[in-house]
Amino acid sequence: MASQPARPGGASAGDPSSAAGAPLLVAEHAPLVVVGAGPAGLSAALAAAKAGIATVLVDEHPVESALMGLDVPYHFGQRMNAAVQSKGRMIERIAETDPRLSEAFEAGIDLRLGTCVAGAFVSGPSASSLRKPVLMLADGERSWLMSFDRLIVAAGARDLGLGFAGWEKPGVMGARGAMALLRRYHAFDGRTLLVMGSGAVGMQIAFAALDSGIAVAGIVEIEAAVRGPEAMRAELARRGVPFYLRHAVKEAVGGAEVEGAVLLRLDAEGRAVAGSEARVACDTIVTAIGLVPNVELLDLLGCRLAFRSELGGYVPELDEEGRSSVPCVFAAGDCAGTFEGKLVDDNIARAEGALAAAGAARDLGAVAAPPPESAARRHEPGEVHGYWQAWLAAEIAVGGWDVTVCQCEEVTRRELVELRPPRYLGWGGSQVAARNIERLAAEGPLNQDQVKRLTRAGMGHCQGRRCREQVQMLLAIAGKVPVAAVPLASYRPPVRPLPLGICGPQDEPREIREHWTAWFNIPTQWTPHWEPTPVAGSQPAPDISGLGGPAPGDER
Amino acid sequence: MSASSGAEVVIIGGGVTGLSAGWWLARAGLRVLVLEKGIVGWEASGRNGGGATHSFSPFFLEEQRLWPQMDEMLGYPTEYRRQRIRIALNEVQWSRMMRSVELAERQGFAWQRLDRRQLRELVPLVGDNALGGLLLDYGGHANPQRTVQAYAWALQDHGGRILQHTTATGITVRGGRATEIVTDRGVFGCEALVIAAGPQTGMLAAMVGAHLPLAPARVEMIVTEPLPLMRHGGADGNGLYGRQTLRGNLAYGGGPHEWIELEGMATPPRVVTPLFRHLARRLTELFPKAAHARVIRSWAGIVENTPDGRPVIERLAEPGNVVLATMSSVGFGLSPASGRAIAELVQHGRCLFADVAPLSLARFRGLPSDWRERLGWIPAADDEAGGIGAA
Repeated sequence: MASQPARPGGASAGDPSSAAGAPLLVAEHAPLVVVGAGPAGLSAALAAAKAGIATVLVDEHPVESALMGLDVPYHFGQRMNAAVQSKGRMIERIAETDPRLSEAFEAGIDLRLGTCVAGAFVSGPSASSLRKPVLMLADGERSWLMSFDRLIVAAGARDLGLGFAGWEKPGVMGARGAMALLRRYHAFDGRTLLVMGSGAVGMQIAFAALDSGIAVAGIVEIEAAVRGPEAMRAELARRGVPFYLRHAVKEAVGGAEVEGAVLLRLDAEGRAVAGSEARVACDTIVTAIGLVPNVELLDLLGCRLAFRSELGGYVPELDEEGRSSVPCVFAAGDCAGTFEGKLVDDNIARAEGALAAAGAARDLGAVAAPPPESAARRHEPGEVHGYWQAWLAAEIAVGGWDVTVCQCEEVTRRELVELRPPRYLGWGGSQVAARNIERLAAEGPLNQDQVKRLTRAGMGHCQGRRCREQVQMLLAIAGKVPVAAVPLASYRPPVRPLPLGICGPQDEPREIREHWTAWFNIPTQWTPHWEPTPVAGSQPAPDISGLGGPAPGDER
Repeated sequence: MSASSGAEVVIIGGGVTGLSAGWWLARAGLRVLVLEKGIVGWEASGRNGGGATHSFSPFFLEEQRLWPQMDEMLGYPTEYRRQRIRIALNEVQWSRMMRSVELAERQGFAWQRLDRRQLRELVPLVGDNALGGLLLDYGGHANPQRTVQAYAWALQDHGGRILQHTTATGITVRGGRATEIVTDRGVFGCEALVIAAGPQTGMLAAMVGAHLPLAPARVEMIVTEPLPLMRHGGADGNGLYGRQTLRGNLAYGGGPHEWIELEGMATPPRVVTPLFRHLARRLTELFPKAAHARVIRSWAGIVENTPDGRPVIERLAEPGNVVLATMSSVGFGLSPASGRAIAELVQHGRCLFADVAPLSLARFRGLPSDWRERLGWIPAADDEAGGIGAA
């Protein structure tokens, strides 16, 4: 045992350069953390607090204006005004908008606004040294770790992105971004908006705009009839909002920003009708075609996810109370599955939040009141990907294949399905030209992560928020497989793009600093391999202690 | 099941080493079949620092000779770029970094010192805390993800076959030769067998009676949003390895690894832990002018190490048609040469361009079974696991 000098304190030294020798600085602990202060999260936190559980409720709003500029966490499309630069003012506005936030504060909930969860970690087979599960939290100044006993993820949903010519221009945004700027931040910087999608999401945007004195240039729908509730349609029609049925957006036109949209009519087979171009004046185009559950934290935590189109795509597998396959983690609200019924009736999300709180409370030795029976989940949602793919097909019909899918990395639909190396490599040649998605699909199930490595689609600063589902659907089209056959592209921390200076811890514990090595602390790895070396445990007895650390100049 | 679907050479493991070996064999005209349990290059082969500067290896000269030709030979881009820059923030780092260039110098390669001003011209993200650096007129870096796919596609272009999502579960040995590989998708006959299966190489070696000691571990890296290209992207130091990619992202790793246990042939989860934050801190020290750059991703990979951290590349005496290969966690950059060495061992029974005798398994003869405990790589029985707790 010559290679095991005792560590001060008498414990076995192990490998001090390994994770086992690396203490993490966990700044705080909470018995229960709820992520997201929407209807589900607020309901969960209030129920837990009433049951006497010390509860931390974290919500990333107000979002740093710099993050908004990167279209994180919603597609804000640069349509926020200067007011968002004042965090204090935005906190006031958000608190005024939702009286339940004050209620939460009164109930003794530890409310953290303007704080995002950038990572979530539990121990597992290849990460066994975490004693307790932890969250990585961040605000505009620092990041830190908070351990927890139970977690309720109520992280909501984001928009399905859908590209068309010119959708990179400021003024093209998503419904969630628009709703946040209109209703929560009161910081919307547009005058006339056009909505894509006539479901409840799209029509809600139209109402929110009209209520804020913003003109609605129209609602564009590929189908022959409005998809959302008839009462909403009738009211919007009464208020003079035109519906462009069987139409798609060919292009956002304008100089530096959106000044209008060119629409094209579709025939009964979904083909573009030649010569049917119509220009609609607007400064904002809102994509409101579908919502995608925010499952990134659940994926990081290793919760089992399944593709369920009727719930918006990949969603966690949950029991009746909303407990995931990772027992200390619950999910509630839109991140557990979105559908129109839940969107128009907040009581469904509230009930899910209360149910999750009841489960978490029981785990923690408390009793939370169950939600009223009448508000329990009752819905029969339908699948949505057929509709989403129809929109994508319509946009391809009117706009073709040379339209950007991934804005961050400037990848077009064609470049994606032809698996072209990124333009900056300037790579051509017949071998690359012979490769495409269809051929890749013949070699094994398509995998979005593999395709993104080759094309870079989804690898940019928005972390795939604007293109993830488009890429998934394009792979399904080009590979001739169902959307459900394309696995979820992986999520990795940090799930919010954080500056290096904030992402790193403020302190580096002495143990980590002293034993830090670029690569394994195996000195013989870096000495000439043609020179023999005594091997640990063989004859003669090893002495690795005197060989010094590895040379960080060598490579992995 | 019939073994007629086999090949002259079957390679278990579609990582960078197995793919390179398969490519060399296929371009030499042999019929090659690669069996990969997941997706080609999916594990550590496609997720590493991309460095190609290994002066301690018997393959160093061949590594340096081959890399500049790889794009053309493969027909697909690897993003290879020549030269490296090492940065030191203190005297300890400086003296350690000197050791590796002296080793390269003895083999005929040149390098030069950079003072802070010269360093800043080439690597503008460094700060006043840098002592200086070294410009290596050798070595380089490439994009691992693109390179593994390039090997796989080039192998196919030469007529080789790759079966993904195919897990080897047994090897039939008859008359002193491996004759068949049993998988979850059928049995494949072979005239020669290469086992280059990363962390699982030891388990597969045991199926042919060889004892190859390996310890798997998990390591982490981070990547930032793209930044303007520095004049020299292949710059690292401060206990980090990595590069600025040709797209402009900073991609760096280093720091604590985690020794893990394998559960059969299953791929261990490649989760990132809160330790990735320390990479951000270290990178901010190395490049203070990049403190504003946003971290957009991280990843973990599972690698394997032998007891001395050095590769094993050996054609076994028995069964005589089997080559074992592990690069002991340092395989990407050396892959053009290691694949060639493996191909020559298959074809000729020996490596024609380098002496691979020091990489033989023979050095582990008499290794006690508890070697990982003795090295401290796994805790002794009485040692509580884990060091992470509230502080």
